[in-house]
Amino acid sequence: MANSYYDPADLRKFGKITEWSEELGTKFFDYYNKVFEEGALSAREKSLIALAVAHVVKCPYCIDAYTKDGLQRGITKEEMMEAVHAGAAIESGATLVHGVQMMNKYNKLSM
Amino acid sequence: MATKSLKARHKALADNHRQLEILNGGIFDEGLLPYFKDKIAETGQFPLKPKRLEILQINVGYMCNQVCEHCHVDAGPDRKEIMTRETMGLCLEVIRNTGAHTLDLTGGAPEMNPDFRWFVEEAAKAGIQDFIVRSNLTIIKANKKYHDLPEFFKKYNIHVVSSMPHYTRGKTDKQRGNGVFDKSISALQELNAVGYGMPDSPLRLDLVYNPSGAYLPADQAALERDFKKALREDFNIYFHNLFAITNLPISRFLDYLIASENYEDYMYSLVEAYNPAAVQNVMCTNTISVSWDGWLYDCDFNQMLDLKVASKVKHIRDYNEDLLNDRKIVISQHCYGCTAGAGSSCQGVVA
Repeated sequence: MANSYYDPADLRKFGKITEWSEELGTKFFDYYNKVFEEGALSAREKSLIALAVAHVVKCPYCIDAYTKDGLQRGITKEEMMEAVHAGAAIESGATLVHGVQMMNKYNKLSM
Repeated sequence: MATKSLKARHKALADNHRQLEILNGGIFDEGLLPYFKDKIAETGQFPLKPKRLEILQINVGYMCNQVCEHCHVDAGPDRKEIMTRETMGLCLEVIRNTGAHTLDLTGGAPEMNPDFRWFVEEAAKAGIQDFIVRSNLTIIKANKKYHDLPEFFKKYNIHVVSSMPHYTRGKTDKQRGNGVFDKSISALQELNAVGYGMPDSPLRLDLVYNPSGAYLPADQAALERDFKKALREDFNIYFHNLFAITNLPISRFLDYLIASENYEDYMYSLVEAYNPAAVQNVMCTNTISVSWDGWLYDCDFNQMLDLKVASKVKHIRDYNEDLLNDRKIVISQHCYGCTAGAGSSCQGVVA
């Protein structure tokens, strides 16, 4: 057992989750692989969305995986950073829009 | 950015024995990853045997005007290994007597061999119809004596295959050296000007993309679309096809992988992406590689590892096609580079 929560080498063992639940694991990976195929969105566009979400959910494995995936697809570092900002903007927006709730409550409680 | 070859810097990895030790040892020796021979044996493809010989790939010398970070040849201005006219004569003899229809000239920068043009002219007389020259593009701009190369290529209807790591300046210069991008763009425009790469033009101009780092190339068709769009919109440049080539873990690229602590991850990526269907069409099955000094190899990569063909015939002076066709192809763990994903060869994907 490793003495830290995250080990980069664990990423390539991801597939092993099927060993403890064959059906659910397989269903998940089938779904996952299907999602990232070329579709109405290109695989390239979906890679950038995945990178942004990886940052928002703060998943180190996903960040490693989709930075590499982006490099493989010829995505530039400028494009990658803009995607991360798009994720960060939504995340901070999600925090700030609750400011309206705070304002409402403040106003309700105030004479 | 290095300006000298590993050889000139006396680096340990300039020694091919050391490279083979690494490729055969470590994660493979410990059983964490399977040896290439065991992997291809799973689908009954071991030993790997050649099919009909179609391409004679001749390395006319390791001298180059560039010192690219990933170069598997460890080429550079300081490399003095250059094919002589005498060895070229032996190659011409073979061209006259072989079934190979394509002559694929590589280096180094093949154009820097002082007898390059003579060789092309003589090979044309000897009956070669399909010429490929693997040009780094910047050579055309490197010196006045190379400025007319586009016209020379055109005269012999040479198929030009050029390296272009990315359609942005930053990524190109990082891999190949400062100023390489601008010179490459200018060279491509000159090739376009004489008709190369234009839609429907018989003058073939293809680009080679290989990743600038420890990752594999993604879908060749998608990359080609991106390259075409960007080069046309930004520079009004046209080309025919993009070949996505995987960097093989040898020579300077291996040195980089080890120094950047990416070697193990990269080998895992190659093995995970192993595609048995790609094995059938790897380039060693229809190509013979000839070194500057006339030795025969299954491919240019084996040439750099000094893994000569496993045949009684090992030198161009003793060339015998029947004997050679009966050989077993020499493999090691670098071969995973040609079988990853859609596969990789000097003509791009193979599966």
